[in-house]
Amino acid sequence: MDAIFLQVLNGLDKGGAYALIALGLTLIFGTLGVVNFAHGALFMLGAFVAVAFKSILSLEQVTIDPTRMTAWGTPMEIRQPFVEVWFGDLGATVLEYSVPFAILAAIPTMLFIGLVMERGLIQFFYKRPHADQILVTFGLAIVVQEIIKSIFGANPIPQPAPEIAKGMIDFGVALGFDAGNVVYPAWRLIYFLFSLSVIAVVFAFLQFTTFGMVVRAGMADRETVGLLGIDIDRRFTIVFGIAALVAGLAGLMYTPILSPDYHMGMDFLVLSFVVVVVGGMGSLSGAVLAGFLLGILQSFASMNEVKAIFPGIDQIIIYLIAVVVLLVRPRGLMGRKGVMEH
Amino acid sequence: MKLLAMSRNDILLFVGFVIFTLAGPIILEPFGAGYPDLLQKFAIFGIFALGFNILFGLTGYLSFGHAAFLGAGSYTAVWTFKLFSMNPIPAIILSTLIGGIFAAAIGFISLRRTGIYFSILTLAFAQMSYNLAYSVLTPITNGETGLQLAQSDPRVLDVALGRDYGAVLPSSDFFGLEMTGYPGFYFCAIFLIICFFIKIRIFRSPFGLMLRAVKSNQNRLNYTGVNSRPYDLSAFIISGMYAGLAGGLLAVTDPLAGAERMQWTASGEVVLMTILGGAGTLIGPVIGAGAIKYFENIFSAFNDTILMNAFSFLPEVLQSAAVSVTSLFVGEGWHLTLGALFMLIVIFLPGGLMEGFKRISAMIKKRMNGGSDGSASSNPTTSA
Amino acid sequence: MSILSVANVNKRFGGLKALDEVNLNIEAGTVHAIIGPNGAGKSTLLNCFVGRLKPDTGTVTFDGKSLLGIKPHEINQMGVSRVFQTPEIFGDLTLRENVLIPAFAKRDGAFKINAWNSVGDEKDLETKAMDMLADLGIAEKASDVAGQLSRGDKRRLELAMCLIQDPKLLLLDEPTAGMARADTNDTIDLMKRIAERGVTMVVIEHDMHVVFSLADKISVLAQGTVIVEDLPENIKGNLKVQEAYLGGAHL
Ligand SMILES: Nc1ncnc2c1ncn2[C@@H]1O[C@H](COP(=O)(O)OP(=O)(O)O)[C@@H](O)[C@H]1O
Ligand SMILES: [Mg+2]
Repeated sequence: MDAIFLQVLNGLDKGGAYALIALGLTLIFGTLGVVNFAHGALFMLGAFVAVAFKSILSLEQVTIDPTRMTAWGTPMEIRQPFVEVWFGDLGATVLEYSVPFAILAAIPTMLFIGLVMERGLIQFFYKRPHADQILVTFGLAIVVQEIIKSIFGANPIPQPAPEIAKGMIDFGVALGFDAGNVVYPAWRLIYFLFSLSVIAVVFAFLQFTTFGMVVRAGMADRETVGLLGIDIDRRFTIVFGIAALVAGLAGLMYTPILSPDYHMGMDFLVLSFVVVVVGGMGSLSGAVLAGFLLGILQSFASMNEVKAIFPGIDQIIIYLIAVVVLLVRPRGLMGRKGVMEH
Repeated sequence: MKLLAMSRNDILLFVGFVIFTLAGPIILEPFGAGYPDLLQKFAIFGIFALGFNILFGLTGYLSFGHAAFLGAGSYTAVWTFKLFSMNPIPAIILSTLIGGIFAAAIGFISLRRTGIYFSILTLAFAQMSYNLAYSVLTPITNGETGLQLAQSDPRVLDVALGRDYGAVLPSSDFFGLEMTGYPGFYFCAIFLIICFFIKIRIFRSPFGLMLRAVKSNQNRLNYTGVNSRPYDLSAFIISGMYAGLAGGLLAVTDPLAGAERMQWTASGEVVLMTILGGAGTLIGPVIGAGAIKYFENIFSAFNDTILMNAFSFLPEVLQSAAVSVTSLFVGEGWHLTLGALFMLIVIFLPGGLMEGFKRISAMIKKRMNGGSDGSASSNPTTSA
Repeated sequence: MSILSVANVNKRFGGLKALDEVNLNIEAGTVHAIIGPNGAGKSTLLNCFVGRLKPDTGTVTFDGKSLLGIKPHEINQMGVSRVFQTPEIFGDLTLRENVLIPAFAKRDGAFKINAWNSVGDEKDLETKAMDMLADLGIAEKASDVAGQLSRGDKRRLELAMCLIQDPKLLLLDEPTAGMARADTNDTIDLMKRIAERGVTMVVIEHDMHVVFSLADKISVLAQGTVIVEDLPENIKGNLKVQEAYLGGAHL
């Protein structure tokens, strides 16, 4: 029982990441009709906003303390980040919490990137075949990841979680299991809650604002909304910006769980596409549901008991599910009829 | 079954292709591409792209999983070397067959869906193969190390025929002719020529016409009394066999197989080759494959010293600036060039290089005719 | 002898009853017109003949064999060809190729790997295809890409694609919709010629001129049911028919 509970927990953070990426993918697809293979790159860019943010904060002031000597007989160098020099403890705190604080930098950055991408490239592909969209965004994804590689190098760059979130939470005790049976890293729980809140904000935005209403109407029936004379183009740009932001935040907050490197986007992209298809192309709730579902199933599949029965199942479970879903329920768990069937 | 029942244009094209391929080492020498390792790659990836184009160019089904067949072909060939013989012929036959069988299984399921769903299905299967090759299939694939030959391999056929490789690690040989260097290239080149010939026949045949009809309007085709599914599947299997053959040839020229050949980015590469050259054209994919392998080779060989020399005519400040900008695109950064190329082609030249050539030659023709003749009638059946 | 018989066919789309107990018999060698206001279920009925839709209940029998649950290509191979309401052609291919494809389908069956011969060597079929295009007055465009044709020419091409198969039953869904008057008259002449060859036809039409100059028999469909079936001369003055149209308010 506690083992099962633990696996569910284990799947939640990854599921959250899948859900957030898939949400943006499906939003872009549902409104703009564009298959965006560069969405994983946005996830990766978000992660590197955290990296850049931290490395800027960590710029150090180097002073020499003439009164002290090192073991080699040279004057002692004292290195201290500027933020600490200037802001004292506050600065230290910001540095400590660099990952969550990076969100402040990520919001304008990701919105801007999304805007540039949509205006500069995607808008010219609304009417082109899906194959062309896939190809051009695939090219873009390669370009983006290679640029990141040339700036930040090829190796993963660890981003520590704040000290207080580094510990483990012993869930089991609260639920009446023996202590030590269900322990869970605090940051992963934070990530799960974070993904839930982002999802909630996106849904609320689409549900309760006029803008959101138009977008939802557009997803249901693009032609009619176009006929109403509503300025769809500007809204498309904003939708794309939002999707970029959501993917970016997902990547940013994921950095303490997985040290970012330049190809993390591609790794997540393929899986997220599978998530979108399983959830149903163009279905927002489908994307979220499938994201968590696949995250949890993946964590079950990596249990040793399961692997003993089906060797290698952890490696293929998501794809296997995608194949089965596509064959049995071609429109995915919650997809509508007729979306992208040609 | 008249072997030469081809139109005059096709015969010219084919003869030109044969001459160019066989004289490749001489023709490509001035471009710095006249050495066997690179030429082998041209031929092998040319075969891969030719086959991919039979599926994508004719039927319009965009597979993102063809690298799986290539990888399967390589593994098959290396196993054939290990178990049976270092002669390339059995290895080639088996890898083509396995490529086809593998494609039949994956195609049978994936072709139940069209459009992006089909692409995702092929991608899912290829990723499964790749992940499994790295994990549970390690006994077959030798995991991350890759499958290699060993001195102790049984090679039953060779042993039966009294062929002893002694204490060295053998390399593939065609009745004593080692499949490295130029012999290796010519071995691949012959298969490239055969594959190209088959492709011309398919393109011009009623079968090829049906495949083009699939791309144009599959629905209409079904109401016209044609069962489109077996046509799609045949195209898929044929392209899988081409991929298996290409994978086998990779192993012939260098007896080693690794899972990275199956990764989806590798599948993306063959898509790019096809698009770059011109999807749906006869010769475009070979040109695309050649161009990519050529530039990969040239670009990734550049380093800062070479660049410094190249820009030595500039003042020092500009020189280092030029070097640092250019170095983004070459050497390690070659993939950046590749990605940018990909985008440029899709944006500006969806028909690929062949479309570009056509536009240029149409322009020249117009110039020569003084712009009077506008009837450059485009007859798709005669396009190369 | 009836070549196609439809008995008690029902078809619902969610809450909408698109076909309601439809009964219909098409006599071999006749032209049978189906008229009725927009949304009456005419196209839906045709869809049940060619395997695009499966009726919820009822039977559709062609040449003594049931058409239910049979794939579209099998139905075509039995001798049923269809012209769609919006022309369905191979837009990327030339007119010649468009007509050759159904010709191959007729000769080679639903699937045949004929990958070694050249299309250009099939002189018989090429001639037949060119004759067919000439018959419809579009032979001079044989090498053009079909997608660039005018709407009227697309219809002609689609007709050619059906006719080259010498179908036993030809289904036409509004073959003259979107055509100019002169073109319509040409099409009527053409269909008369086809009828004279003894091809059985089911024609859905709005244009009464077309209907009355062609049909041997007329069925009137309204709200999914056949309200009248009679000879053309009796339909003309029929009150029920006028009501159906005026009630439908679409004509
Ligand atoms: N695939 C479908 N799904 C839902 N409703 C449909 C479908 N096809 C037709 N209908 C509905 O069925 C009714 C009959 O349509 P149709 O047969 O096209 O009429 P007609 O051809 O007589 O104008 C219409 O109300 C139409 O909206
Ligand atoms: Mg209709």
